[in-house]
Amino acid sequence: MALRELSSLEKYLGQKKANKYSTQGDKKVPVLQNNNGPPLVGLVTIACHLAKEAKRPELLGDTAESRAVVQQWLEYRVTKLDSCTKEDIKTVLKDLNLYLQDKVYLAGNQFTLADVFMYYGIHPVIVDLAIQDREQYVNVTRWFDHIQRYPGVRHHLPPVAVLRNRIYTSRHH
Amino acid sequence: MNLFVSEGNPHCLKALAALEATGVQCGVQFVNQDERVVPFLSRPTLPALALPSGQYLFSSNAICRYLFEVNGQECSELCDQWLEWEATVLQPALQQALHMAVLQGKSSEVSKALQGPINVLEQSLSKRNAPYLTGDSVSAADLVLWAGFFPVLSDSSLTLGEHKSLKAWFDRVAAMTACQSAAQKVLQGKGLQGMKSYMQKQPAPQSSQCRETQPCNSNSAEEEGGERVVSEEEMEAAALTWSKGLNTCPPATKKQHPILPQEGKRNVLVTSALPYVNNVPHLGNIIGCVLSADVFSRYGHLRGWNMLFVCGTDEYGTATENKAREEGLTPQQICDKYHAVHSSIYKWFQIDFDYFGRTTTEKQTEIAQDIFWRLHERGFLIEDTVEQLRCENCQRFLADRFVEGICPHCSYPEARGDQCDKCGRLINAVDLREPQCKVCRQTPVIRSSKHLFLDLPKLESQLEQWLEKSTSTGDWTANAKQITRSWLRDGLKPRCITRDLQWGTPVPHADFKEKVFYVWFDAPIGYLSITANYTSKWEKWWKNPHQVELYNFMAKDNVPFHSVVFPCSLLGAQDNYTLVNHLIATEYLNYEDTKFSKSRGVGVFGDMAKDTGIPSDVWRFYLLYVRPEGQDSAFSWADMALKNNSELLNNLGNFINRAGMFVTKFFEGCVPVMELQEEDKKLLALVSWELQQYIQLMDKIKIRDALKHILNISRHGNQYIQVNEPWKKIKGGDSERQRAGTVTGVSVNIACLLSVMLSPYMPAVSQTIRDQLNAPPSCINTMLEDNGTFVCSLSAGHRIGAVSPLFQKLEADQIETLKKKFGGQQPEDEPPKKKTTVRNAASAQSAAVPAPAVAVEVGTVNQVDPEKAKQLTQAVAEQGEKVRALKAQKAEKAVITAEVTKLLDLKKQLALAEGKNPEPAPQKGKKK
Repeated sequence: MALRELSSLEKYLGQKKANKYSTQGDKKVPVLQNNNGPPLVGLVTIACHLAKEAKRPELLGDTAESRAVVQQWLEYRVTKLDSCTKEDIKTVLKDLNLYLQDKVYLAGNQFTLADVFMYYGIHPVIVDLAIQDREQYVNVTRWFDHIQRYPGVRHHLPPVAVLRNRIYTSRHH
Repeated sequence: MNLFVSEGNPHCLKALAALEATGVQCGVQFVNQDERVVPFLSRPTLPALALPSGQYLFSSNAICRYLFEVNGQECSELCDQWLEWEATVLQPALQQALHMAVLQGKSSEVSKALQGPINVLEQSLSKRNAPYLTGDSVSAADLVLWAGFFPVLSDSSLTLGEHKSLKAWFDRVAAMTACQSAAQKVLQGKGLQGMKSYMQKQPAPQSSQCRETQPCNSNSAEEEGGERVVSEEEMEAAALTWSKGLNTCPPATKKQHPILPQEGKRNVLVTSALPYVNNVPHLGNIIGCVLSADVFSRYGHLRGWNMLFVCGTDEYGTATENKAREEGLTPQQICDKYHAVHSSIYKWFQIDFDYFGRTTTEKQTEIAQDIFWRLHERGFLIEDTVEQLRCENCQRFLADRFVEGICPHCSYPEARGDQCDKCGRLINAVDLREPQCKVCRQTPVIRSSKHLFLDLPKLESQLEQWLEKSTSTGDWTANAKQITRSWLRDGLKPRCITRDLQWGTPVPHADFKEKVFYVWFDAPIGYLSITANYTSKWEKWWKNPHQVELYNFMAKDNVPFHSVVFPCSLLGAQDNYTLVNHLIATEYLNYEDTKFSKSRGVGVFGDMAKDTGIPSDVWRFYLLYVRPEGQDSAFSWADMALKNNSELLNNLGNFINRAGMFVTKFFEGCVPVMELQEEDKKLLALVSWELQQYIQLMDKIKIRDALKHILNISRHGNQYIQVNEPWKKIKGGDSERQRAGTVTGVSVNIACLLSVMLSPYMPAVSQTIRDQLNAPPSCINTMLEDNGTFVCSLSAGHRIGAVSPLFQKLEADQIETLKKKFGGQQPEDEPPKKKTTVRNAASAQSAAVPAPAVAVEVGTVNQVDPEKAKQLTQAVAEQGEKVRALKAQKAEKAVITAEVTKLLDLKKQLALAEGKNPEPAPQKGKKK
């Protein structure tokens, strides 16, 4: 899973040559062999490295504050979101929904890696949500739809319809 | 800028130490640990840093990183890596360790819990030989990791004795004034006890095991293989059941029509909502009603219940008149035409109705008029005048659907007479602004017309009494109960049961002789009249609530008519009618990303499904796999291909085929002798448990959930074969050969069980499996008895038949073509029956088309090299992963082809190394 995310990120960043990754441990933590030093370990670490390599530092935030915010949500993704149980997920959605109330992106008005990876991580959750729940977490859904339509981001994931599309017709009345 | 911290919280240790080490200007505020500082988080989370912009940082690592950066020390990549490691690896271990040490008093366990992370740190520090984690100076990583270890190192049995580099580093960091001061402020010299109240507020750490069984964030099917702990008793019980063998009593008899309720049996009457005749049913109709009801009806029959499953087309009403006008036919001709279309579609989907009738029959008139008169005599009908739109040009009253105009609520210009498609609100046709007759576009006039109403308020208390009983004793889906409750809560109003139309059941009352019954009054009576057309003794089903249990299947928009309105008609008629006991309503099925639309050619309609070349059984499987049970779901082509390839082909089909092939190739087609060992009994227990879950769920009509348990069994089976490697053991000594025999025998018996459990879902495949295994018919009723009994039904010596693969791979290009074809891009005039990429025209029987894709090659021996095989297995797995990733990313075709070639080559080498026949399986499509 993590490897697919990284390869989608490479595509988004427009890298021609795909990097080679291996994984470590039961949790399949991604590892990137690095020519200029020891291998890099961890999804977030590698992702940030790729963004820097691609000369896209703005994806990590353009001020000290926004950089910290981006890192905070990246960490949130690989800790809270990745290990949450079915009950926790409600809290995660509720919190995110409140947080995103007045924001376009996780780091405010700027699209960053935090959006990309939160999107990848939350995709299965959104897929599983009933339409009613998607409507309940309207800010999350709005953000999610925005990110999935962001050019070049979606790659390995199927699009999720967030709006109600009935295929049953109401007859009898 | 303000930093909020609380005492006893180890994360606050990090933030305070970083603040002191960097000397950044910032206020510090100690707050109670329960204080919610960060406005958008529902749980109190500390530390929290209020940034100058008004934003909050709530991650201690992000706070440290920020403070260092403000101080001019940006995080290096190595620092990033340590921070990520701390959050994802060290913290979970620390939570576990602290939980045991602080709350359970088991400080001796701490070192065990932290062994892994400690080794990682020690290795890294000793290799780099630098004073700090990221080099020669202190970074955020040092403080963050120090703070993690500080509480446990300061006060528990944990010592770093032999971890010299780690100890040296830790002591170096701990000696910093910033750290000492932070430690004093947060823990105040109380050691671990100072953290007690903090730890009590933390959720108990999950053991890694329970995390795997309860993932929210994963495809359940892939992860449900998580090990369930099996007790000794379960294993013994499973082994005992297994040894009992088949029942001697005869299998469920073939149905004898007409089926009538029998004394001493469970008599179950199943109805599926009557599909409206004027259209071709789409996948949503099929899964919501007929297919769900069919699965349950088949299942009940296998369980030995006395089942009757009736359905038919609902043919009266305005929509039919409309359609007739459109196609230039009479309503009767339209009904005849579409009734045949419906019949053939359901036949293709193998919907096994006991009777599929229609509502335009004499029986319908007879029964509907009888119910009408009984209601009338008992004073449950009232007269009222209704204002209606009448088109003077067409000389008739306009039914709601025949009027269009501007929505009075949202001003949408094309609102229909009953509902606005834009805002969704219900509309009274006379309230439409600028109404138009849909047929001639003239402006209709408002006329009043006399109508009859069913007096629901008068029946309300009776209804509530009955509902109370039915919903508490029967199985009503949650949505059915909820929709019903909301109808009652809003209070019932009289409902009009007559219409100014021609195409309907005539109202027999002299004052209303120009009118017909409104379809909602008429249609549910169809259940009775259709049964009456099936057997003259229909009243034994419909006026026999003491002997008969009634199950209604429908999509949720139909609930109120089945739970409120129709029961009121029957209650008011006072003729001892059988009322619904179990009401099963599905949610909505969505289609890909676009709306289903017949006119635009978007979506899959029942008659097109067979033109896809995908077997009926696979369609059934996928629709049931995504059945909108409890929540909405979506149909997607890519997902259908994925589920076919991963679940049917690689999981279920692969297991059944392997089990059969082993019997054929290694044991001359005869089931070998089985000597159960501990491991086999454990598997029997696991399988029995899944079977019991399946039965419990099916009894409660959780059809989608039950299906998952079937797939779990074959997953267990595949794992069992993989671990025991019978293809290797068969070449070993006597005891090894014996072991191969047991594993093969147990596996082929599981395959037999799977065929039984699959039967309601995939009837053709299920039968094919039993034919291949030459399974005795009594295996079905034996294994589905009571709570489910997994017995050895193919005993040693049993000869099986010819085994061949059950499923065929769905290729990406094939699916892509289908997606395009049904995506509405095609010109209308393209011949609808053109089968471009489709192989093997589908028929109900073609579910078992021989497809060599999963054939397990068990050829003659070459040089076997287990070590090399192991390496190659790994290489094949990696290459496979790569190919899948490329495909998922929709990489260029040439690139994929090249990688696939590599994969095939590796597989060939692997086959050689394992001593199998290296000839690649023949390509799909070329039949042998």
